[in-house]
Amino acid sequence: MDQLLQQLINALSLGGIYAMLALGLAIVFSIVGLINFAHGDIMTFGGYGIFLSMVFGFPPVAALCIGLGAAVVMALAMERTAFRVMRGADVISLLITSFAVSEILKVLFQNGISARPVPISFPASWSGSYQIGGMTIGVAPTASILVTILSLGCLTFVLRRLAIGMAMRAAAEDFDMLRMLGVRANRVVAAAFAISGLLAGVAAVIWTAQRGSVDPMMGFFPVLKAFIATVLGGLGSLGGAVLGGFVIGTLEVLTQAFLPDALAPYRDAIVLSAVIAVLLVRPDGLLPARSGARS
Amino acid sequence: MSDTVLDVAELDVRYGPVRAVRGISFGVARGGITALLGANGAGKSSTLMAIAGVVPIASGRVSLFGQPTSKATPDAIVRSGVGICPEGRRIFASLTVEENLIVAGTAVATPQTAATRRAEMMERFPILGERRRQLAGLLSGGEQQMLAVARALMGAPRLLLMDEPSLGLAPQMVDTIFSIIEELQGEGISILLVEQNAALALEVANHAVVMANGEIAGQGAPADLQSDDLLKSAYLAA
Repeated sequence: MDQLLQQLINALSLGGIYAMLALGLAIVFSIVGLINFAHGDIMTFGGYGIFLSMVFGFPPVAALCIGLGAAVVMALAMERTAFRVMRGADVISLLITSFAVSEILKVLFQNGISARPVPISFPASWSGSYQIGGMTIGVAPTASILVTILSLGCLTFVLRRLAIGMAMRAAAEDFDMLRMLGVRANRVVAAAFAISGLLAGVAAVIWTAQRGSVDPMMGFFPVLKAFIATVLGGLGSLGGAVLGGFVIGTLEVLTQAFLPDALAPYRDAIVLSAVIAVLLVRPDGLLPARSGARS
Repeated sequence: MSDTVLDVAELDVRYGPVRAVRGISFGVARGGITALLGANGAGKSSTLMAIAGVVPIASGRVSLFGQPTSKATPDAIVRSGVGICPEGRRIFASLTVEENLIVAGTAVATPQTAATRRAEMMERFPILGERRRQLAGLLSGGEQQMLAVARALMGAPRLLLMDEPSLGLAPQMVDTIFSIIEELQGEGISILLVEQNAALALEVANHAVVMANGEIAGQGAPADLQSDDLLKSAYLAA
């Protein structure tokens, strides 16, 4: 029971990271039809933002804020330089563009900073733990769950209550119609990228705070899982992305905790088999997008 | 011509090798209603979308309020004073009625003006006021058309482009929509009306353009066209 609860916290913590990354992918996909393979590099860039600002002597909390800002700036820069000129291109062309962006950034990270992990030293208290009712719970997973809830809450508020959020939902449904109402398309697209960058930045903050290092591939694997989460949830569906993220995170933590050692190398295979099984039953994902994906 | 809000000259629209619209010229007079008639596939909607900047102009010229639109994007064209009610209404089904209007308001007005206009729309179309918190996708066809009109009016347009506003509506609702069209004209809004229901369109229009196979088969005062065989042949041509 005790262990189960601790694993549940780990699952929520990891699932929350996947959920935020998947949500960032889904928001951009639902509006411009781009599957942004370079999303992981936005996260990595956020991580290096934290690393560099600590090197330059900023206190940890300020460094995290700079990391967040760096991720947003990177997402906006990507949109402006690489994806805006490709607006209206088909999904494959956009996907290949994002591959190129991703490769360029990885090379820059490797040659400009280091191909190997660089350490970030946060205060010792961040990696500590506390006791509740005889259970030992990590500070970092707890903080990550709180940050995830806060981020998802803020995003829900933006999408449900603010005009720009409503415009983004409208854009996901019928982008051309939105333009026929006079709405400036570039603003809505930029807002979507900014939000996806912010979510990747939050993921970078949580990830580095838990692991204490950054490397050029830092964002790659979590975003790969987030891709799978968006497909599992229903491509282009925001609620589906969040659900998919939590499902994948939970499956990973549970297989890690309870699988016999002999089966441990097959962890990913088992998780992904489960995803395939779900997709066989529900090909459009758990919560399919309402209006169908844009092509 | 300073008394026209829309001037189309020698307009060509191409989809790849297909010339959907072939060198057509017509106009919408200030405060007038021009009906654009013709069979399915005659090029009416392509013409409308070219005016709106949604499909590119292959050759020729479109002028709105005396300004050529050549390279303008749809959103810029709309902000210059054009309202668009597209074919199939295209309301945002997953947004509420009110959210549809809020989104339209973001483009064209300050938040205060947008809120005032939203209130005006709910007053003008009481059914939208009653259903403001309902998802737009749950409205009936006629209500969706009203929402599409209200949404286009949020920008206080001087010219309204309407594509098949009566399509798929019950006869009673068709009457309602056409009386709204006359009302809007009475308020000084010029209208370009694409319609399959030629008889009704000719009743409200003061200028009619008949298209067939991408070309203009004839244009003139509705009374002249009604007695003409032109209209009949244009519909039979396709």
